[in-house]
Amino acid sequence: MAVNVRIPAPLRTLTGDQELVSADGATLADVVEQLEASYPGMRERLCEDDGELRRFVNVFVNGEDVRFLSGLASELSEGDEVSIVPAVAGG
Amino acid sequence: MSFERSLRCRECAREFPLAAAFFCEFCFGPLEVAYDYDAIAASISRESIAAGPATLWRYADLLPGDPEYRVDLGAGFTPLLRADNLAAALGLDRLWIKNDTVNPTWSFKDRVVAVAIAKAREFGYTGIACASTGNLANSVAAHGARAGMETIVFIPHDLEEGKVVGSGIYDPTLVMVEGSYDDVNRLCTEVAQSKPWAFVNINVRPYYAEGSRTLGFEVAEQLGWRTPDHCVVPMASGSLFTKIWKGFNELHEVGLIDEPRTRMSGAQAAGCSPIATAFEEGTLNFRPQKPDTIARSIAIGNPADGYYALKTLEETNGVAAMATDAEIVEGMKLLAETEGIFAETAGGTTIACLKHMVERGQIAPGEETVAFITGGGLKTTEALQGGLASPLHVPARGDAFIEAYEARLAPAATTAGGA
Repeated sequence: MAVNVRIPAPLRTLTGDQELVSADGATLADVVEQLEASYPGMRERLCEDDGELRRFVNVFVNGEDVRFLSGLASELSEGDEVSIVPAVAGG
Repeated sequence: MSFERSLRCRECAREFPLAAAFFCEFCFGPLEVAYDYDAIAASISRESIAAGPATLWRYADLLPGDPEYRVDLGAGFTPLLRADNLAAALGLDRLWIKNDTVNPTWSFKDRVVAVAIAKAREFGYTGIACASTGNLANSVAAHGARAGMETIVFIPHDLEEGKVVGSGIYDPTLVMVEGSYDDVNRLCTEVAQSKPWAFVNINVRPYYAEGSRTLGFEVAEQLGWRTPDHCVVPMASGSLFTKIWKGFNELHEVGLIDEPRTRMSGAQAAGCSPIATAFEEGTLNFRPQKPDTIARSIAIGNPADGYYALKTLEETNGVAAMATDAEIVEGMKLLAETEGIFAETAGGTTIACLKHMVERGQIAPGEETVAFITGGGLKTTEALQGGLASPLHVPARGDAFIEAYEARLAPAATTAGGA
C-alpha cells in the first residue's frame, strides 16, 4: 500500500526538509521500517528501544489516533495519510 | 527576579533554552521549566511570602518569568475553608475545601493564564490564544482584554451557555469548533504552527502549567506551612493534579515545609475517564476515550499529562475514582447544601469521587483531606435543570404564602392528602 506520511518539523532534518513523504507497507510498523531505510535515524526518534512507539509520539491515520486502532499493527490502505504529531498539549 | 533556568524534557531530560516551545525536539516528550532551587531558597522565606500580595504573585520567586510583565486580575490566594458539615455527611474528621470558584473568571484557570500571559508578553507576543473546554477560554479572554492583546479562543461547539457567554463578553475572536475538545486541541496545535500567537496551553504550555503549583503553595501556607494527609483533585489533562504535588515538593526543596507525605487522589467523570480507567486496570498506559459527560470542563479524552498523573497516583499511594452524571449532580448539590459553595460539574465530580473514596475505605476517617473545587457553578446550570426543588410560586398575599410554606414543610402529608 502506498501511503503519504506527514513529517513534523523536528524530524524534517532527517527527510531533507520534506514535509510529505511516501512510503509503502501493509501496517504502520512496515511504514516505520521503510522510513528508517529511507531516512536513517527515524526509528530511534519514533520508537523506544523495545520497538514500541514512544509515549509522546502521536500517530494518526486519516485523522484517527492509532491508539484507537491497533497501534503499530494498524492496517493501512492505499492512499492513507499517516500524520506524526509531537506530544499532545492542551488541558 | 526570576529563577527559571531552562526547559527540560520530562522524558529524556535533554535541556533547551527558555523559549516558546513545549516538546522535546528529540523524543517529543513534554518540556517543563527547570529552576535554580538553591537561589530560590536563598531568596525566599515564609515571611517574604506573607508580606506579598494576596494573589498568586506572592509566590513570584517560585514562578517562571519576570513578574513585571504580569496582567493582574487578582488570581489566586483563594480561601481554604474548613468543611465540617460536609465532613460529617461523608464520615471524615477533618475536611477542607480549597475554593477556587472565587477567582476573577471563576475557575482555577486564572492561575495558569496569569503566568502564561506574563511569559507571552515577555517573549514579545501581541496575540494570545488557547484550546479550551470553556473555563480556560473565559480566563484567556479576560486577561487578553485587560492586556489589550489580540485574543483568539477555541472551544467545542456545544459547550454550556455560561461558558460561551463567559468568553464572549470580553469580545475575543471566539471560535466554536465542530468536534470534541480533543479535536479543538489538534486544530490549535496546527494553527499554532502558522500563526504568531501564544497559545497558552500549547506553545507556552510549560510556563502555563507552572501556575497550577500555586494551588499547592497556598494550601500548604494556609494550613500553617504543612501539607494535608490527602488531596482529592479533578483530573482532565492531569496537569493540575501533578502540579499540586510538584508544588508541595518544591516548598520542601526550598526549605519552607517538611517532606510532604500527602496521598494524591484524582477524580474523573465516568463518561470521560481515561486516567481513572487505566488506574483501575493497573497500567500507566491509558487509552484515549471519546468523552460523553456533563462534566465538560474535564472532558479530555486524550489527556496530555495522563501518564504523569498515573505516576503521581502510584508514587503517593493515591487512588482514582469516577462519578456518573447523576452522581456529579448529587455532588454539586451536596457541596452547596452543606457548605454554601456552588461548584460547576467538575466540583460535583470531585465531591462524588471523594464520597466514593471514603465509602470504599480508600480515605480513612482520620485522614485530613483537602478537596479542590476548581470552578464556579453558574457556568454549568444546564446540569441542574429539573434537579432542584421547585420554588414556591405564590400570589402576593400573606395567607397564600403561609399556605404554600406550610405545605412545603409537610410534603409527605400533602402528597398523602392529594393522592
